[in-house]
Amino acid sequence: MKIIVCIRQVPVRDSQLRVDATGAWIDESDLSFEINEPDAYALEEALQLREKHGGEVVVVCAGPARATQTIREALAKGADRAIHVEIENVQRWDTLSLAGVLADAIRAEQPDLIATGLQSDDLGYGQTGVVLAELLGLPHATIVMQVETTDRGIRVKRELENGWFQHVEMPLPALLTIQSGINKLRYATLMGIKRAKTKEIRTVQPAGTADAPRAAIVRVYAPLKSKQTEMLDGTPREAAAKLVEKLRFEARVL
Amino acid sequence: MSAQDATPDAMKNPEPGGAASLVRGFGEGGGVLAILERQGGAWHRVSLETLAAAKQMAAAMNAPASAAVFGDASSGLGGGLGGGLHRVWAVQHELLARYTPDAFTSAGEQLIRQASPEIVLLPHTYQVRDFAPKLATRFGQALISDSTGFRVEAGGPVFVRQLFQGKLNADVRPSGAGPHFASIQAGAFRAEEALAGESPVETFSPSLDAAAIRTRPGEPFREAERAVDLTAAEIIVSVGRGIREKDNIAIVEELAKALGAELAASRPICDNGWLPMERQVGSSGQTVAPKVYIAVGISGAIQHLVGMKGSKTIVAINKDPDAPIFEVADYGIAGDLFEVVPALVEAVRKVRP
Repeated sequence: MKIIVCIRQVPVRDSQLRVDATGAWIDESDLSFEINEPDAYALEEALQLREKHGGEVVVVCAGPARATQTIREALAKGADRAIHVEIENVQRWDTLSLAGVLADAIRAEQPDLIATGLQSDDLGYGQTGVVLAELLGLPHATIVMQVETTDRGIRVKRELENGWFQHVEMPLPALLTIQSGINKLRYATLMGIKRAKTKEIRTVQPAGTADAPRAAIVRVYAPLKSKQTEMLDGTPREAAAKLVEKLRFEARVL
Repeated sequence: MSAQDATPDAMKNPEPGGAASLVRGFGEGGGVLAILERQGGAWHRVSLETLAAAKQMAAAMNAPASAAVFGDASSGLGGGLGGGLHRVWAVQHELLARYTPDAFTSAGEQLIRQASPEIVLLPHTYQVRDFAPKLATRFGQALISDSTGFRVEAGGPVFVRQLFQGKLNADVRPSGAGPHFASIQAGAFRAEEALAGESPVETFSPSLDAAAIRTRPGEPFREAERAVDLTAAEIIVSVGRGIREKDNIAIVEELAKALGAELAASRPICDNGWLPMERQVGSSGQTVAPKVYIAVGISGAIQHLVGMKGSKTIVAINKDPDAPIFEVADYGIAGDLFEVVPALVEAVRKVRP
């Protein structure tokens, strides 16, 4: 089974974010980056499917030069090779243009399966996978919690709302967006890190541009508070005492 | 709809009628179309919030609002949305009785070509996340998903969205010819209290081919019956990523015990298997509204907030004073949970031994 995994590089989860001088994005100068967490689960699922059924796992990532670090980490975890679609300012690409350059990079590979995380932790549009499936003419399923092969294709368990699930069957090739928590993530081994250095990363320049996005971020800003939060300060002991007062005399639960 | 012709028509050759639709009168198109979802025989809650958003947007644009709903003829579609709508489209076909992305996308595409709205709004539900990006792609558009608000500038909407799991907001402006597509976040708009009156319902019968539906959906099911019903709890102590390790859960469990509270968690804790899935609060877990909800080490991603923001009193304990959880909290302690929680256990035991 030949599996493509689309990954995205995002700022490390606990980053302190500041709006940049343009007012339309964040200041990236002091940030560290890592793989988008749902994409890490998609990669792990692909590696497990390869271990079960054989084949190849190819990582595809659209991003600037710094994305090679995240690509190397994916190779160190066990992906066989990678395609780096080199673009700057990923946030300026609307979802359709971005899925378009990914589709261009993937088409000639003719994979059996494409997997990606259900959403990104930076923009959070949650749609690159579905748009990619449409552009490549593939059936898809989103928010997938389990993948099995059948004699006619695959059977997946989709998460629905409020604790409901559903099985969906479809032929291959197909595209799946993977929910976090579907599997247990592996760490890269020392041997894996060593091997990753010799694995192929093919860099491609996309045909499209982000010059005329169909949807553009025009301003980024701190959200307004919807509630007046009363901050309880002091030492931990003092803050705890104040909170107990509130729970007794305001909320009346103690 | 075979694999060969799945390339969006609007991308292959821009529709000649596209530009003309912009100058048509309201009677023939334009305005805001809300494509709504039903669940278990009733309107999905976010559908009614999206309907309110569509009416507000149409009013601000001085344009008509319409709604549409998909299903088969048996489902009595189109009623219960109140008056004030230009039209409610009952999009009917036997292949729409059970959701598939192929059938819903094709039906939506045919309806939008007929109704030619300027703006299409959808509720940001799991189902919409599954097909709306595909539908927007058919029109060569990018869906502005999970929007929390909008304003109208120069006759067109600018949408507000959250970035970085709610840490920042962004204004996103669609450009070029419509239709433009956006989905509306749960809880972002208030549904109208009472939907008085009725709007004219018109049946739309799309042409759908069973052979073009590539996925075979099974019946929805639940895992084993839930042993834990968090919805009955008066006090909930909920733990998130800030707890760092499984062994540290005991610290928060101690607080729950001292308060006589139920222990709950945000999704990553259950993903890691540190607490069972049945204790998860949020869009994929339980929705709770206790008297007091204490969020410990939870940053407050929207997927968690939708499950608990109806709580009467919300307390947040987090080391990051900018964490989004403080935006919904009544009381906040910006501090190290490993110091604050044990101090709190001690203070609670003084009044509730």
